[in-house]
Amino acid sequence: MSPAGDPKQLEVFVKRKAFRAANGGQREVLRDFSLTLEAGKIHALVGPSGYGKTTLLRIIIGLDRDFEGHVTLPPQTRIGMVFQEPRLLPWRSVLDNLKLAAPEAAEPDLTKLADDLGIGDHLHNFPGELSLGQARRVALARALAITPNLLVLDEPFVSLDEVLARRLAGEITTLVERTRITTLLVTHDIDEAIRLADHIILLGHRPAEIVGNIDVTLPRRAMTADYAAKTKAQIGAILAETSV
Amino acid sequence: MLLRLLSLLLLIALWQAASMVADSRLLPPPLTVLAVIGREAHSHALYFNLGTTLARVAVAFTLAMLLGTIFGIWMGRNATFNRLGDPWLVILLNLPALVIIVMAYVWLGLTDVAAVLAVALNKFPNTVVTIREGARALDPGLEEMAAVFAMPWQTRLKHVMLPQLAPYIAAATRAGLSLVWKIVLVVELMGRSNGVGFEIGSAFQLFDVSLLLAYALPFVGIMLAIETFLVQPFERHVSRWRPKAA
Repeated sequence: MSPAGDPKQLEVFVKRKAFRAANGGQREVLRDFSLTLEAGKIHALVGPSGYGKTTLLRIIIGLDRDFEGHVTLPPQTRIGMVFQEPRLLPWRSVLDNLKLAAPEAAEPDLTKLADDLGIGDHLHNFPGELSLGQARRVALARALAITPNLLVLDEPFVSLDEVLARRLAGEITTLVERTRITTLLVTHDIDEAIRLADHIILLGHRPAEIVGNIDVTLPRRAMTADYAAKTKAQIGAILAETSV
Repeated sequence: MLLRLLSLLLLIALWQAASMVADSRLLPPPLTVLAVIGREAHSHALYFNLGTTLARVAVAFTLAMLLGTIFGIWMGRNATFNRLGDPWLVILLNLPALVIIVMAYVWLGLTDVAAVLAVALNKFPNTVVTIREGARALDPGLEEMAAVFAMPWQTRLKHVMLPQLAPYIAAATRAGLSLVWKIVLVVELMGRSNGVGFEIGSAFQLFDVSLLLAYALPFVGIMLAIETFLVQPFERHVSRWRPKAA
């Protein structure tokens, strides 16, 4: 965890990112794109699929270095990543999956973390014996096990049923509020973003640009139904305006 | 297991029946062969020759598997290296075992080093081809996960890559053991003065089928035991995470 009074931010600037298309041409995904994440806040990156969300995310976590621009991370950033698919090692037990990602973590801490996320009974199971919801929790536990100072979640609730998704979202909220980890949540679900985030960043156009930047002044538990509806209307208006 | 045993007994019964029809010099009955095995064991010649051959098999097999796995992974993951290495691989695959053996003996002399190298070189390309398939099928998602979580290379090798290659390694092992021991016998026949291959060569010159079988069968037994008690348990162990088929 970063020491108190260390408001180091994460900054991303992508001058240009393009993919080679099959016809030999180039498809630009990002151009003159910049993004700043505030320490200790939950940021939701919202936009329809195919608008460079995943590309941006891969650039931030260092998997894609083939772009013009730069990513500035606070020193000693440990990235806790939750991929869209759980990406667990199927041939290692749940506990070993956690240990291999976080070799320095003490076992009681890992057990405690697993208990908090409701997978304490499955530590000695193989990932293939879990449901998708459980596997997602293990992936989340793995990301948190390394005591990250940046938590990145790529569509963590996709293809979970409504009840499960809400419960997992609640658990993430509790954990992030307690530990104040800078969080980047990538999602296409506007309601989810409103429920969870301090800031909502709306992506639109192609190459992608930020079409809206919304501060959620009554985040999470402070949220009222009225405020949520208002925010949603505001987002809807921005999206309607830019899609013309 | 019971069925396997039963099928083995059936084979011995068939052998007994056939030996009663044929001339006993051409196909001696099982008990005669057993007696020769006993005789050879008593003089310790059997153990010495089996041990010698087994040692050659072990060294040649280990060498071929180790190098074959390294090159297989390398070629499966690097397109340039694959294009460079592929013609060599095709040449090596299609070079007759006999040619490699003779060349090794001509260049290196009638030594154990030449013998073992010739055998390893025969097995090596098969290992590369099998492991290369496995390396091509590695899951890029898990590799990215390992990169994001900054896993050290030892962890990536042991916990991310090798478990994915395990079925391919098991296949290469199985095919390799039988190939290697067959070629070791040829190498021994041609250029060594001990080992099961050499003894079989002597048996051929004396037209002694009992002696031939007395050396061949214990060795087959050993290979069967290795397969049953080493290779299969290893396979079960590395695939224990797979959901059991109904």
